[in-house]
Amino acid sequence: MGIPLDLLLEAVLFGILLGGFYAAVSMGLSVSFGLLDVPNVAHPAIMVFGSYCTYMVVAWLGLDPILAGVLLMPGFFLLGMAVYRFYYEAFERRGSETGVRGIAFFFGLALIIEVGLILAFGVDQRMVDAPYIGKSLAFSEVRIPMRMLVAFGVAIVLTVALTLYMSKTFTGRAIKAVAQDEPALRLMGANPVRIKQWAFGIATAASALAGSMLIIVGPVEPGMDRVYIGRTFAVVVLAGLGSMTGTVAAGLILGISESIVLMHPGLGASWAPAVSFMLLLLMLGVRPQGLFGR
Amino acid sequence: MKFWLGAAIVLVGLAAMTSTLKYEYFFFAGYTVLMFVVLATAWNILGGYAGYVNFGTPAFFGLGAYTAAVLYKATAAPLALQIAAAAAMAGLLGFGAGLLTLRLRGIFFAIATIALTVIMETVFINWRYAGGATGLQLLRPPPTAPFESYIKMLFMVMALSAVAAVAVARYIERSWIGRGLRAIRDSEEAAEASGVPTLRLKLFACTVSGALMGVAGAPMPMYLSFIEPPSTFNLNYAIGALASPIIGGTGTWLGPVIGAVLLSSLQQIVTVTISSEINVLLVGVLLVVFIVAAPDGIIGLYRKIFARR
Repeated sequence: MGIPLDLLLEAVLFGILLGGFYAAVSMGLSVSFGLLDVPNVAHPAIMVFGSYCTYMVVAWLGLDPILAGVLLMPGFFLLGMAVYRFYYEAFERRGSETGVRGIAFFFGLALIIEVGLILAFGVDQRMVDAPYIGKSLAFSEVRIPMRMLVAFGVAIVLTVALTLYMSKTFTGRAIKAVAQDEPALRLMGANPVRIKQWAFGIATAASALAGSMLIIVGPVEPGMDRVYIGRTFAVVVLAGLGSMTGTVAAGLILGISESIVLMHPGLGASWAPAVSFMLLLLMLGVRPQGLFGR
Repeated sequence: MKFWLGAAIVLVGLAAMTSTLKYEYFFFAGYTVLMFVVLATAWNILGGYAGYVNFGTPAFFGLGAYTAAVLYKATAAPLALQIAAAAAMAGLLGFGAGLLTLRLRGIFFAIATIALTVIMETVFINWRYAGGATGLQLLRPPPTAPFESYIKMLFMVMALSAVAAVAVARYIERSWIGRGLRAIRDSEEAAEASGVPTLRLKLFACTVSGALMGVAGAPMPMYLSFIEPPSTFNLNYAIGALASPIIGGTGTWLGPVIGAVLLSSLQQIVTVTISSEINVLLVGVLLVVFIVAAPDGIIGLYRKIFARR
């Protein structure tokens, strides 16, 4: 392959950390698009909005960015419930959610968030400060940035928590049920709309934490959501819609392949953005149900 | 007949402007408006008639622009040849992308087209001959006989392209192809069951739509005398191409034309008088308001008001 072994090792190690991070930022989409079938193209924009909220909380109260992200979660939960309610009243109830309108609505929403952020903060990059940002651990030749390790740790916690929630609690199982067979749930006397609204709230709350990780991993700017549309959807599609363990596996695949391309002497940074999209296109062409499809 | 008469009147009117109006900026801005008419019309063939959302307008547009630029750099080919080559390449891309993803549900097609845009951009960033990341400077040849400036010539070229694009869309809309596409939009399963060749129709629509987007992009390198990946594969083209038909009304060929003329004229004015950020915000807000409150666009509103009387 023309890449030295020690560089490959470093690339894989970095890729695993990056992959965990990618899995975490895709978790919300895995719920909202994977389980609920909502074409939430605005997911990355909401996440970037979460980054800016984290930035403000850190700047005002001097808190740790992760703690800031956790504090933002209830607010984002309510925001998500409101967005879903609006989406339901405007599209799903009229039976026009599939096709053009639903997607275009979320696209418009993403655009409004993006420009709103530009108007409020300008196009400059923003970053936060924390003790673990800027330091790195060194294992002989290989250096691992601390901020990636922290993001990876939070990603693991978020993934485990969501997986447990989905399989162990009553509401979590109800969310899975609504994804499987909505009419059956309705016949059992449960209200699928309320469950979906709850689930969308959880997905959005997860985006808040993902946003705080995004600003820990690197500086953010308002237009960043455009790259992450590809990355998050690639992970969710690669995973097979709605599979949490699949999301982790897909995140790792994407992270490692991107990192190898990034460090490959013949390819480098200019080819890295295309990796996720190539994976996505290949997956859609060859096995659209994903690696762990239902 | 009425359609062709109207088209002829519009073309003659615009041509008269190029020989009387001295104000170059009008043609500079008018070119953009006409370009969005082509893009919106092209988008509507697949998005409006068949209900498949294409976010990949920049991929087709950009491939058209780069085809023209590379052809010009290599052989100094005339503009007409550049446009034809751009249409062929972008049509081919539409066919390939369609073959890969049109078997899937609509949302996957939408996501795949975003992917296509980024892949195209990355390819051209890494292609040295086409200028790479820094871009390619192009020297414009002198304008052809009746036109005194190159911008005026490009303005008329784009006007002709717009009329051609609308004629193609109108033909598709009124033929059995359009009926088939509408059947796909309403219920793909039912269409398939009634013997509509759904995949073939979608592929056709995607190819034609892509080719027309390529045509819209082809004169761009000459218009700017420059081409570079980030602005050529900009998502703003996707936004304009999608928002115009939705604002105008997706059902007919007239919808995208009305939407594009209104929206991009408004955008030109807002960009000049206020700022380009407000201009994007305006598109986003208009898009959401129209999808929620007036799903059939301006045409739908017009019909509603007249039906009541």
